Amino acid sequence: MERKLRVLVAKLGLDAHDRGAKVVARAYRDAGFEVIYTGIYQRPEQVAEAAIQEDVDVLAVSSLAGAHATLVPQLVEILKAQGVDDLLVLAGGVIPEEDIPTLKAAGVAEVFGPGADLDEIIRFTRENVKRV
Amino acid sequence: MDITTLLERFKNGDRRALARAITWVENGTPEAAELVRATFPDTGRAHVIGITGPPGAGKSTLVDRVAARFRKLGKSVGIVAVDPTSPFSGGAILGDRIRMQRTLADPGVFMRSLASRGHLGGISIATGDVVSLLDAFGFDVIIVETVGAGQSEVEIMGLAHTTCVVLIPGMGDDVQAIKAGILEIGDVFGVNKADRDGADRTVMEIEMMLDLGHMGEGGINRWPADAGAGAGAGGPQPGAAAMQRLDRAGHHSAEEAAGTADSPRSASAHAAERHGTANPGDISWRPPVTKTVAKDDQGVEALVERMNEHLQFLRETGRWEQLKHRDAAAKLRELITARVVRIMMERAGSAGDLERLTNAVADRSTDPYSAVDEVLRKHLGR
Ligand SMILES: Nc1nc2c(ncn2[C@@H]2O[C@H](COP(=O)(O)OP(=O)(O)OP(=O)(O)O)[C@@H](O)[C@H]2O)c(=O)[nH]1
Ligand SMILES: [Mg+2]
Repeated sequence: MERKLRVLVAKLGLDAHDRGAKVVARAYRDAGFEVIYTGIYQRPEQVAEAAIQEDVDVLAVSSLAGAHATLVPQLVEILKAQGVDDLLVLAGGVIPEEDIPTLKAAGVAEVFGPGADLDEIIRFTRENVKRV
Repeated sequence: MDITTLLERFKNGDRRALARAITWVENGTPEAAELVRATFPDTGRAHVIGITGPPGAGKSTLVDRVAARFRKLGKSVGIVAVDPTSPFSGGAILGDRIRMQRTLADPGVFMRSLASRGHLGGISIATGDVVSLLDAFGFDVIIVETVGAGQSEVEIMGLAHTTCVVLIPGMGDDVQAIKAGILEIGDVFGVNKADRDGADRTVMEIEMMLDLGHMGEGGINRWPADAGAGAGAGGPQPGAAAMQRLDRAGHHSAEEAAGTADSPRSASAHAAERHGTANPGDISWRPPVTKTVAKDDQGVEALVERMNEHLQFLRETGRWEQLKHRDAAAKLRELITARVVRIMMERAGSAGDLERLTNAVADRSTDPYSAVDEVLRKHLGR
């Protein structure tokens, strides 16, 4: 049997919209993933700790209110500091084109905008999971 | 990470190692058995508490508050929460962390979400082994939240020392709840959402049902007095303070259960005052009912006190040791069954018997019972 993939869908920052995150969570579930959903108002430390305790293969983090520029790199740093090196990190939400290189340099594997195709997110995830 | 490194880090208290160990056990990887083997000597210490009840009753919210309360009492807490796997996709949304944000910020708490992975009964196949790992890691209290189905979560009884059934107002009078057997599995009851109308009535109705079962035959109580007599006879005596309270009037009101009682009662006093006996083996446990408002952190202290009293009851009456026996027997049966089935299927399969007999049963040239007789005769020598 194929190994179950686990994904943490997290929201960073203070905006209260989590519709996008919920849609992504459901898409993962319908593709057979086990999705840990943590709700809104998450600080980077909380998200990192949840990713560690839940031992997920994928961390899909979304932010709408511009939190990505500081909070996402912060999150990746915390994970690195804890020695987590086999986690696929994806970012989603409204992220300006010019911020994408910074995020990728910080360790985010891919960035998906609001209009991203769900099947494409799933496909990318499956192909890029780091753990065997 | 290889298993030696993992075990070393696990024993040094590394939470990432614990998390990875849980994953291996959950996935039944080849290392899983070795993990259980290596950590087993360190198990058997934690107080395992099951939280079960219908969907949306507030179980996760309550777990958050109960965990926080145990932390205040100086205990470290491991939490496992099980949510259902979708039968259509095999995926799952595990959302219990949402309601546990408060306690999850505490480094003395570790929480893991599990999907039921097709197993019915409220928990997943691996939940028992996951609890073992948390136990070995050193958590004082382990809380297991079952799938909220409100019907068939009996399996939690086989895993927890103390099972807490969470109900909400407007359910107590629902004959279904009683029919579904949910009253039989509780060691302690919480009537959550007590901020809603009808909480007192629900408490009263549960109390009535419990008393009916407690006094009648085939009772609701899973620890009738005689059940523990053998093991309890050699057990320690209840504390002096507890004994002194034995002659206290044994009135058990909803208010008392809701935590407004003046003095804390020991488990044995609690039980004995209803039963009128001082022999620990003869003491039975009448499940207490406590009102809570998890969202406002009300009644939680009292509920945790009842849980601790139940633990004390188990220890004082020798039932704690009995439970260990029960767990060991169940685990052995489970593993023997799994292995023997695998061995037999392998042997019958590779000898071609499985396919031949399957065809024979399908075309009615033999029947399933005779087919199995043949397999056992040939491959088991009987
Ligand atoms: N009025 C009221 N609402 C509560 C109380 N406790 C929890 N809730 C609410 O009940 C809803 C469900 O709470 P959860 O803790 O997720 O319930 P659950 O039993 O874990 O749910 P499942 O895991 O989905 O079965 C949430 O909206 C909570 O805020 C309470 O004491 N009073
Ligand atoms: Mg829940």
